[in-house]
Amino acid sequence: MKYAAKDNNTTKLPGWRATVLFTVLLLGLAGLIGRAVYLQGIHDDFLQEQGNQRFSRVLEVSAHRGMITDRNGEPLAISTPVESVWASAADIKLSDPREAKLDARQLKQLALALGMRASEIKDRLSDSSRDFVYLKRQIPPEESGKVASLNLPGIFLQREYRRYYPAGEEFAQVLGFTGQDDNGQEGLELVLQGRLAGKAGSQRVIKDRRGHIVEDAGSLTPPKPGSDIALSLDSKVQHIAYRELKLAVQEHQAKAGAIVVLDAKNGEVLALADYPSYNPNNRVNVSARAMRNRAVTDEFEPGSTMKPFTIGTALNLGKIRPDTVINTENGAFTIGNKTIHDTHPETSLTVSQIIQKSSNVGASKIALSMAPEVLWNTFNYSGFGTHTGSHFPGEAVGKLRDFKTWRPIEQATMSFGNGISVNLLQLARAYTIFADEGELMPVSLLKLNQPVIGRPVFSAKTADEVRVMLESVVLPGGTAPLAQVAGYRVEGKTGTAHKLENGRYINRYVASFVGMAPASSPRLIVAVMIDEPAGKEYYGGQVAAPVFSKVVGEALHLLNVPNDAPLDNVIPPPAEIIKEEV
Amino acid sequence: MWHSDLLKGVLLVLVMAGALSVVTSQNQARKLFVALQHEKELAHQMEVEWGQLQLEQSTLASPARVEKIAMKKLQMQLPKKEQIKFIRIDRLSSPDNEPKQRP
Repeated sequence: MKYAAKDNNTTKLPGWRATVLFTVLLLGLAGLIGRAVYLQGIHDDFLQEQGNQRFSRVLEVSAHRGMITDRNGEPLAISTPVESVWASAADIKLSDPREAKLDARQLKQLALALGMRASEIKDRLSDSSRDFVYLKRQIPPEESGKVASLNLPGIFLQREYRRYYPAGEEFAQVLGFTGQDDNGQEGLELVLQGRLAGKAGSQRVIKDRRGHIVEDAGSLTPPKPGSDIALSLDSKVQHIAYRELKLAVQEHQAKAGAIVVLDAKNGEVLALADYPSYNPNNRVNVSARAMRNRAVTDEFEPGSTMKPFTIGTALNLGKIRPDTVINTENGAFTIGNKTIHDTHPETSLTVSQIIQKSSNVGASKIALSMAPEVLWNTFNYSGFGTHTGSHFPGEAVGKLRDFKTWRPIEQATMSFGNGISVNLLQLARAYTIFADEGELMPVSLLKLNQPVIGRPVFSAKTADEVRVMLESVVLPGGTAPLAQVAGYRVEGKTGTAHKLENGRYINRYVASFVGMAPASSPRLIVAVMIDEPAGKEYYGGQVAAPVFSKVVGEALHLLNVPNDAPLDNVIPPPAEIIKEEV
Repeated sequence: MWHSDLLKGVLLVLVMAGALSVVTSQNQARKLFVALQHEKELAHQMEVEWGQLQLEQSTLASPARVEKIAMKKLQMQLPKKEQIKFIRIDRLSSPDNEPKQRP
């Protein structure tokens, strides 16, 4: 080997070796250049992406949910940001004492700041496989400030929006509420979700090592905040309505109650309240019963408040006139094997008196003088058995059976509101027919900016004739003298219906009153329904009519409606008020 | 050939100046952006505060609360019907202010 080495040293290297080496180096260089060109020029997304991952961040730009206001711009539902505290249990590793990032003292501080027990926090952090655990959601800024100042590892704050309802229980059922993620779950919050919800945008930014944003690298999508929506409701009228309803339900130990106030001219809902209610800002332990918007989602047999529609149909056909005398059979009228009774038996009554004294026999006889189809048409055109167009979730459309299945006894009882069921909003809306010259107005829970178009049901003459009868109801001799209002002429109809249980009528009642004011040119329609008044009084004229009187009186003052009667117009009701019952 | 060298020199200076101005303007842009970001954050905070103030205002001015204070604290009450007087602006001149009841 020694020799060979020596030989090699002395012999001249062949020229091709240098060439090969040079070529290999050149190829290597070409390869490097090629690779560089490939990475930088042809296929540059990979490196670009790697770079972006290191300094470029996509930020979510939050958009808040729109505000719900009443018709005068008073806020009824507002979203404001709150913080939620969350922890990365996987980072904190509480289960392993040697690696745990939080010691007992820090846990105690955190518990103090959050108002929780340290053991509770420990419990939540026990599962070390979880990356995201909420410790406490939606806390006010003062509390979150304390948590932030502790500066604990693995504990983070997240901004969320929380919905507040300043009017509280008064608007609870009609507004509904939103869930934790600020999406509508009930009521108008759900109906208007599409318009109220904001759409979060995103923005690409460049951050430096300390996490400061140093450059805007282009907006991806701008955030779209939700729109503010003005409802037709008037918070002052709503307050009056809720207060009086609550007082009446409590006074008569009733199960529940509902009230609807409509603008008689265009069907805007000015107030819609239910009792019992709940505080929407704190929904712990709220029963489903309290959450229900009875005025729209509950149906009930309306009783005598249906009579004006029966009488109106016959008047419209020219079959009767207001002064036509009807034989009321001394208060008992037998059809087949069933007998219809009047609480106040009379031998004969005029058509006007049938409304004033709420005679079931009279209404039945008038109903039976018409074909079932005719009566059904009136009920149908008046909006019974169909949606009101309020778009409220879970609206009960009520029951209006096909006239082909009506037996005579059913036709008779339907004339005074038995065997048919409605919701309170439907009932209030149907009375726009009398208030607006025979035309049924649409109802709206949103503030309207343009005039609405009604649908004719009766002639203007019929509507006026019925209204004269309705005004006699509140005068002495009628069923509702307690509905009178100082300074305003009012008109309306009482209802007292037995409730149905398992298909049978029982001795529990729904007392109602639907009325309008001022009678000279109706501005408001108010419908009151009291469910199962348990006191001594249970007639619509005793239980529901006084609510109407108080609400209408105050609301008309509030709306600056001029009086159409002297202030001493209220005639003291007689000792014995005429009662009606179906 | 001296003016060719001068040209090169001038160009070199121009290139350097351009490069430096790019750096400065970049820096300025970032500074302005940070300021903008700060103002935006401020605007957002104000928006939040505005919402909270609106909330507070409507809670304090809610009819239920006003009524309670008026009745309990200030001993006010709704006027009785004898205490109510209607005044019509369009009929102030006419002696008869009260409408007649329908017969």
